[in-house]
Amino acid sequence: MSGKTLYDKIWDAHLVHEAEDGSSLLYIDRHLVHEVTSPQAFEGLRMSGRKVRAPEKTIAVPDHNVPTDEGRAKGIENEESRIQVEALDTNARAFGVHYYPVSDVRQGIVHIIGPEQGWTLPGMTIVCGDSHTATHGAFGALAHGIGTSEVEHVLATQTLIQSKSKNMKVEITGTLPPGVTAKDITLTIIGRTGTAGGTGYVIEYCGEAIRALSMEGRMTVCNMAIEGGARAGLIAPDETTFDYVKGRPHAPKGAQWEAAMAWWKTLYSDDDAHWDKVVTIDASEIAPVVTWGTSPEDVLPIDAVVPDPASFAGGKVSAAKRSLDYMGLTPGTKLSDIAIDTVFIGSCTNGRIEDLREVARIMEGRRVKEGIRAMIVPGSGLVRAQAEEEGIADQLKAAGFEWRMAGCSMCLGMNPDQLKPGERCASTSNRNFEGRQGRGGRTHLMSPAMAAAAAITGRLTDVRDLA
Amino acid sequence: MDKFDTLTGIAAPLPLVNVDTDMIIPKQFLKTIKRTGLGVNLFDEMRYDDDGNENPDFVLNQPGYREAEILVAGENFGCGSSREHAPWAIKDFGIRCVIAPSFADIFFNNCFKNGILPIALPQEQVDLLMKDAEKGQNARMTVDLEAQTVTTSDGEVIRFDIDPFRKHCLLNGLDDIALTLEKAPAIDAFEAQAAQARPWV
Repeated sequence: MSGKTLYDKIWDAHLVHEAEDGSSLLYIDRHLVHEVTSPQAFEGLRMSGRKVRAPEKTIAVPDHNVPTDEGRAKGIENEESRIQVEALDTNARAFGVHYYPVSDVRQGIVHIIGPEQGWTLPGMTIVCGDSHTATHGAFGALAHGIGTSEVEHVLATQTLIQSKSKNMKVEITGTLPPGVTAKDITLTIIGRTGTAGGTGYVIEYCGEAIRALSMEGRMTVCNMAIEGGARAGLIAPDETTFDYVKGRPHAPKGAQWEAAMAWWKTLYSDDDAHWDKVVTIDASEIAPVVTWGTSPEDVLPIDAVVPDPASFAGGKVSAAKRSLDYMGLTPGTKLSDIAIDTVFIGSCTNGRIEDLREVARIMEGRRVKEGIRAMIVPGSGLVRAQAEEEGIADQLKAAGFEWRMAGCSMCLGMNPDQLKPGERCASTSNRNFEGRQGRGGRTHLMSPAMAAAAAITGRLTDVRDLA
Repeated sequence: MDKFDTLTGIAAPLPLVNVDTDMIIPKQFLKTIKRTGLGVNLFDEMRYDDDGNENPDFVLNQPGYREAEILVAGENFGCGSSREHAPWAIKDFGIRCVIAPSFADIFFNNCFKNGILPIALPQEQVDLLMKDAEKGQNARMTVDLEAQTVTTSDGEVIRFDIDPFRKHCLLNGLDDIALTLEKAPAIDAFEAQAAQARPWV
């Protein structure tokens, strides 16, 4: 019999019931809730007279709709957004779950504050009505997005009906070249495997280059597992993980910390574990990358040119044509010749303190180019406060960036932070779909360092050229 | 949940790969606190121009397909966000079955919670159904969940696979939560055991 993967171990530890047809009932340790995908679920509970089974394991925060201007304390202008945020407020209080309202300094993007507050711990099962729940996999937790019906199911039963996914290993060997970051790793993987390459799998990321990443970097990698189609992404916990978790408000303490550590140290894939699919990438081959199209798999190194749709196969030929038409790009154009007018730094992919430090480092002694709108939206109120304390906020404001309040913001433009038709954005977010950042808006995904480089020159730029 | 047994209706062809949930229902319609009423905004940015007028080229605006109940599409349908607003919009429009070579995981799950049947078939069979769908309103397909078949307007029968538990729930319109609550003693037992094994959780 072969050994177990990390996914197998977490799965087994949370299995409540397994039916003969393979459908299983999995216990959920943490349920994160935001305002967009929960109102119908709470309404469902009310209509059936059910309550939240484990309010102490349920954490609610508004993030998608909240404006990011400092005047937001006075209330949300957009009526529909206000109603949705108010609904979360009412539901969180009525059902007695943990709650961080807009006015709380700890408010922020749900996937930033879970780890920040120590709600996210190794070996847990974590769900949220949001596909980027994969982020929490960076701690060696099994974390994935669910729909609103499943949100209601978890609220009512603290379990989820699941069938087990297959195991996929993505190994990044060696060390990253200078100027190459976690975002380049995760985009490069999706560029190679495609947006459906992980469908049906849980991915475990491993290898020297992954081990060398900070927790912030690991969260960036796991965050985009969903963009590769996987149910979840995982990284086995190690000293980096334990150091990050220790002392967080909801992390275990004293004897419980010791007991937790004893179990957490068993959370790795056995040497003889079975993998259904293996992808290996040499870190030294990874370059700073950007996306050119409208799918996160449309990834190329910054020194490449816009591809010819005819170079693809099958349905991708017409998809690439459509993408280039939407993006207003011509095959053969150097990516580094593409001019941008907007820079967005933030999101659950890259809205953490390390991302802001990286931007500050690149901007040292430099300014945002005249005419470029560049905004920084910290992932949480605490990230914002820390950046202010470190002097990063003042430096970046002086360099020409807008300094905003925490939220999802222009990653998906549910609040007023949107692109106008035809505007082109260098974005640290996770999706470049048509209309994602605003109807007709054009998105190029990249790392915070690359977005900073684009802010300086006004075009897509190889950050290594600025050194 | 609405039952799904058999469906005979017009199939609309949407020969695009990687149709994402932002295309199916853009963000500005996620601000609702209800599950209904989203059908008018299904595929909003492809279906309407900047002034809100119908784009006559889009399939669901064409006379033959306005009453479509089946959608035939390219691979990796429903990729992107977890928004259940996507299947809500599809269902509210009147579509109860989506056929594609592959689906994104969360969207696929969400369909079953809303009485929508997603059918994954090999590319060649989807191509055949796409051609059938392109014939327009006189070409009606039949989907039979019990028999696990799709029958083209020419009478060609194609079999599909489906998870037995999901088939059972869809055929009977079963509510997942009620089914799971029948297992409450097992959940109680698990919680008691987990409180011992992992008290820090």
